[in-house]
Amino acid sequence: MIYRETGQFKPTYQSDSAVFPIAQDRWVVIAFVAFLAIVVPFFGSEYLFQAILVPVLIYSIAAIGLNLLTGYCGQLSLGTGGFMAVGAVACYKFSTAFPEMNLVVVLLLSGVVTAGVGLIFGVPSLRIKGFYLAVATLAAQFFLNWLFNKIAWFQNYTPSGTLTMPPREVFGVLVTSAAAQPHHRYLFCLAVVVILALAATNIVRGPVGRAWMAIRDMDIAAELIGFRPFQTKLLAFSVSSFYVGIAGALALALWLGSVETAEAFDINQSFQVLFMIIIGGLGSMLGSFIGAAFIVLMPIVLTNVMVYGLGFEAVTAKHFEFIFFGGLIIFFLIVEPHGIARLWQIAKEKLRLWPFPH
Amino acid sequence: MGNSRSYQLLNMMEVDMRMKNLMVSGLLVALITSPFVVNTASAAEQIYQMGLTYRTGPYAPNGVPFANGFADYLTLLNERDGGIGGVPIVYEECEMGYNTKVAVECYEKLKSNRPAVVIPNSTGVTYQLIPKTAVDKLPLLSMGYGRTSGAVGTVFPWYFNFPTTYWSQATAVISYIGAEMGGMDKLKGKTIAHVFHNSAYGKEANPTLKVLAEKYGYELMLLAVDHPGQEQKATWLQIRKKQPDYVFMSGWGIMNSTAIKEAAAINYPMDRFIGNWWSGSENDVLPAGAAANGYRSATFHASGAETPLHEDIKKYVYDKGKGAGDVGRIYEVLYIRGLLNHIFAMEAVSNAQKHFGVKVPSGEQVRWGLENMHVTAADWERLGLPGFAEIKVTCEDHEGGHPVLFQRWDASAKSWTVISDWIPVMRDVVRPMMEADAAKYAAENNITPRDCG
Repeated sequence: MIYRETGQFKPTYQSDSAVFPIAQDRWVVIAFVAFLAIVVPFFGSEYLFQAILVPVLIYSIAAIGLNLLTGYCGQLSLGTGGFMAVGAVACYKFSTAFPEMNLVVVLLLSGVVTAGVGLIFGVPSLRIKGFYLAVATLAAQFFLNWLFNKIAWFQNYTPSGTLTMPPREVFGVLVTSAAAQPHHRYLFCLAVVVILALAATNIVRGPVGRAWMAIRDMDIAAELIGFRPFQTKLLAFSVSSFYVGIAGALALALWLGSVETAEAFDINQSFQVLFMIIIGGLGSMLGSFIGAAFIVLMPIVLTNVMVYGLGFEAVTAKHFEFIFFGGLIIFFLIVEPHGIARLWQIAKEKLRLWPFPH
Repeated sequence: MGNSRSYQLLNMMEVDMRMKNLMVSGLLVALITSPFVVNTASAAEQIYQMGLTYRTGPYAPNGVPFANGFADYLTLLNERDGGIGGVPIVYEECEMGYNTKVAVECYEKLKSNRPAVVIPNSTGVTYQLIPKTAVDKLPLLSMGYGRTSGAVGTVFPWYFNFPTTYWSQATAVISYIGAEMGGMDKLKGKTIAHVFHNSAYGKEANPTLKVLAEKYGYELMLLAVDHPGQEQKATWLQIRKKQPDYVFMSGWGIMNSTAIKEAAAINYPMDRFIGNWWSGSENDVLPAGAAANGYRSATFHASGAETPLHEDIKKYVYDKGKGAGDVGRIYEVLYIRGLLNHIFAMEAVSNAQKHFGVKVPSGEQVRWGLENMHVTAADWERLGLPGFAEIKVTCEDHEGGHPVLFQRWDASAKSWTVISDWIPVMRDVVRPMMEADAAKYAAENNITPRDCG
């Protein structure tokens, strides 16, 4: 009844191929983004912004990036942490070397640098497939972190090798460093996420995305009908790395403020982002967001519920958190192996028929 | 009949589905509402202290005695003295598992309760919190770890790292080695290896060791060991090939015991292997067994002995069943470090209470308390730890310039023995380096150094 398409006519091709062809979808998404942009900054606490929303937004970008590569193009990658490190290091180097450079430009350049690195590590993908490719990208993860730790130039020769983001303004508003207002950081992050998500949605709907999906579904068939696998895969690697690099740069600039690359972007980070897209939904934009929110929020929620709700000791709660978190992942994978995004899709199908399912 | 059974089955399935939906929606509700349920307990008359502890994760074996020391000292104050200056202390742990991201989440969650002194409990976390605490106006104390140049109080007013930094400690180690060789001039042409944890923490001592290598003419081998440090075969192969005259180690956790075992495996003489003070706890040497005999490390306090403080802890904490850990382990090095952390923090609170005449001092006032901390021999007597070295913090110098002790492990007695006098640090070498690094930080982050007058 609420979710019904009856009466929504699409007289032009543009309206038929819109991002959200169904009016309800369109309005819900617009309303949700407007809520996040206009309402949340007024009531949100510093904790909500700094510990929850900003990390979720940043991980969403990383998850979108990996989803483009793994979910849409079918190339399994375990190098996400390494590519985030590239983004963070590039962001640090650009912003310390050129203090006048606008943060937006710095972010774009960090993305471009990471795209270049991703391109190089994507080369083996022509010959190596599946799990073997995952191992090859694992090499990227370890090599990049080793490199940034070994060569002191990347850390501007600081004695401890820690990257610290200097204070930077965007349109006259301070967004990086500890002195920045949390809601300013959050809004900047939200703007970046909205732009990048829109771009990604359009990429996967267009010829590029179709080529990726063709390669994903069967690369030999795709080659036979005229897609060039090498170029297509490399493009997927570089676009994916662009997103992941920006996520790494934002993690340094807006979230953590100072970063030890080998610690913050270690192999666990790669797995975490991979879990996000598996749980959220492979090959789904919505899934990237849901997965990021799930993986970031779930441990926090579990700990807070157990410590403040049930009065557990902090360490006991942590142990239970490991158990529950693992259990929840298994639960969701059994209930819906295609990710939480698929649950939403099923709900949509049901809503269409509701309240008269027969 | 058949029909009705299948109908029943269908019905059951529907119920099942409904249950499932209920569970899912319940989970969703919990998911949506819970992040906003954050502790708001804070009464008027209490001192709040948070503990960023790591009883889980790769460094848990070291984190547990530390966390127990944290908790027990505050329990002792509450039980024996009714808190600090008559104000009860509320202590809350936040489990961070030695993960900086989780630690930052903990800090953001609990900072609104205004902890008296923020103790980051890891060098990586310290780097994160230095800018944040300065904005939130909370004092930050990393006792003997963290950012070395933070000792420059003019640039880092909210940050303290006494009793001694990594850089000062490295100079003490080199002068100790020099003295053992029969004079600093004997260091010329010798080789000293630095085996370090490949992280912000482990790398800290490198610049100082390089400067000293130039000054005294020894050759420096820098050997990085990656987290967590279980894989050191290549490192010790290099040491076997080069046979350095001394090996100095900045390790943590499993890395330390692995290194001692590897040193024993290549027959490297244990009496020429010296750890820094995070490489000198019982956890580091016990797994290596008899091979660890004669291993030395830096320290800034004695351990293993009964002190009046330990007697009080047994009487007021463990005999009442309020201890955080095992009473047999209250003499261990890391437990004592945990105690010392909160001794310093609570001394700062007490200083602030006396100076400002308030019951619950603000962050600004506790910061004053830390900056004007002067723990004399008489104070140590009062605190129940006689014989600990005097500490004096000033506005410019947040390090305190504390000298360093050396201890040796006796594998048969299973105890550390302090074997040296207080070895002074080379302030003339270290202080200009700190000031240069602090000036660079100030320039990058638009900080105007304050005037200490």
